[in-house]
Amino acid sequence: MRTLRYRIEKVRRFTGVTGCYARRYARLVTMPTTVPAYGDEAARRLASLADVTASDGALRRFLHGLPGVDAVGLDARAATLGTRSIKTSAKAYAIDLAISMVDLTTLEGADTPGKVRALGAKGMRPGDGAPPVAAICVYPDMVATARQAVAGSGVKVASVATAFPAGRAALPVKLADTRDAVAAGADEIDMVIDRGAFLSGRYMEVFEEIRAVKQACARPVGSEAGNAAHLKVIFETGELQTYDNVRRASWLAMLAGADFIKTSTGKVAVNATPPVTLLMLEAVRDFHATTGVQVGVKPAGGIRTTKDAVKYLVLVNETLGERWLSADWFRFGASSLLNDLLMQRQKLSTGRYSGPDYVTVD
Amino acid sequence: MSTVDRLSVLKTYKLFVGGKFPRSESRRVYEVTDAKGAWLANAPLSSRKDVRDAVVGARKAFGPWSGATAYNRGQILYRVAEMLEGRREQFAAEVAAADGVSAKKAAARVDAAIDRWVWYAGWSDKVAQVAGAANPVAGPYFNLSTPEPTGVVAVLAPTDSAFLGLVSVIAPAIVTGNTVVVVASERAPLPALSLGEVLATSDLPGGVVNILSGRAAELGPPLAAHQDVNAIDLAGAPGELAVELERAAADNLKRVLRPQPGDTAKGDHWLADPGTERMLSLLETKTVWHPMGV
Repeated sequence: MRTLRYRIEKVRRFTGVTGCYARRYARLVTMPTTVPAYGDEAARRLASLADVTASDGALRRFLHGLPGVDAVGLDARAATLGTRSIKTSAKAYAIDLAISMVDLTTLEGADTPGKVRALGAKGMRPGDGAPPVAAICVYPDMVATARQAVAGSGVKVASVATAFPAGRAALPVKLADTRDAVAAGADEIDMVIDRGAFLSGRYMEVFEEIRAVKQACARPVGSEAGNAAHLKVIFETGELQTYDNVRRASWLAMLAGADFIKTSTGKVAVNATPPVTLLMLEAVRDFHATTGVQVGVKPAGGIRTTKDAVKYLVLVNETLGERWLSADWFRFGASSLLNDLLMQRQKLSTGRYSGPDYVTVD
Repeated sequence: MSTVDRLSVLKTYKLFVGGKFPRSESRRVYEVTDAKGAWLANAPLSSRKDVRDAVVGARKAFGPWSGATAYNRGQILYRVAEMLEGRREQFAAEVAAADGVSAKKAAARVDAAIDRWVWYAGWSDKVAQVAGAANPVAGPYFNLSTPEPTGVVAVLAPTDSAFLGLVSVIAPAIVTGNTVVVVASERAPLPALSLGEVLATSDLPGGVVNILSGRAAELGPPLAAHQDVNAIDLAGAPGELAVELERAAADNLKRVLRPQPGDTAKGDHWLADPGTERMLSLLETKTVWHPMGV
């Protein structure tokens, strides 16, 4: 009974509205069977929250009604969890798990089909019996090449879209960009939100944009390439200025139907940090507790070492639990991380420190 | 008022890794004594993780250092000698305590070390003339052999010549463009750790020389087995350890400099003319064929 009341209280606080709404959601939150964010049931549950997103005013009231972030506490919590010592067999497990969660990324102006194919080959067989990575992440025009390179391997193809990385383009352009990538066979779409709209308080615009992109991810029923592409929403947390904004953006994206929320593009000075990731994990936890919808998290940019990766895995396990410890629900957006993971893997199996001469240059 | 009123300011000796002065990752230290057993200082007792960090630092520095012009490298090494000259008294005192010799003898060894540094500095833009060649070939080609640095070199410094011996193994390695990870003499590491302070203030890019103090028996094996180390100089490894390390080094075909009979000798062995052997043995020969044109 106490937990029920707590939940109602929480919903009331989150929605910033009075008792009748809380009672309406109570039925929902007392039976939060977990459903994945990309299913139909998740869409139904989000639809039942339609009153928070009914108007610009309601959405703003909701987002600004979210409790403020205790920045000092958040930093301290992330730092404390970063001190866990993960050794021997646990480390071996963590390394293989991290490899299987890597979105092996190449997002350069100088990308060539050859480079994308090489990356695909590496992603499918990183070497020495290491598991394949989760996905190859490329620009939309490289999706077809990547699709061909990893065909039949189970490695997914992710594509950035919506005028990545700045997101400064008109909505029709962004949607065309997305449809293009989906048509070329992308399994996952990484979109960037319009930070300009978000920072100037036009939340509804951001919300509608995410919804529109999600619709653009859909494929016709019975399509050869399978179901709708999963949608990852990039906040570019380095540009959102405050932790409060990160929390608001997280809720906004999840309410709009994001399958994954992702920290950054990797193209600005500040990328994924442990506190920001922890904050997003907590938002996902709260969203799950409220609606039962399971959303994934992807930190990206600046994660280069095995040590960092293991710290993130600890954050996930401590915040969301084992259910999220799979490539379906947690990813690393990285390019150089994989090499370090492979070198650490060699060190564990041979006892000798490895070096960059023993992994591919990419 | 007597002089006792002044509190003694003790020096915290630290490692020199990647241009920075960290403590050992293991947080351990050990007591360093002079030749008579009197306590001198606590030195960091490095672990294999310090080895790992040092090799990463050395590898990072290798590209820029080996890519710098020979002239530039020579100038930087002269600069190191200039800095050493300015701290002669400090090094003389540390060498006297470390080697257990008179102040006069210690000063002579420091002078010899500085002179040796200058001597090696001069070799930077001359070694290619000695070790390289324009080879006559049966065809219309220029055939040129040039010496190239081996890469990251692990050095076990001589145990009984704490400063002159140390300089005599570091300078020949770095003058040609190698970067080094040095394990200082376990018994007398203080001159080596002070050398780090000199290197840090003399234009030498961070990571070209990395200095660790600790047990050769603990730091040698991970260095010898490290896949990213290209050569190992066993000057300071006692007989049995040298054999073990040479075996471990064979795994990735490291170049190995075996200890010479005099390397661990006490006394003035290191004062002798070093010759070019140590420098030349840490070079690889690159040969290019180039069409002559017409």
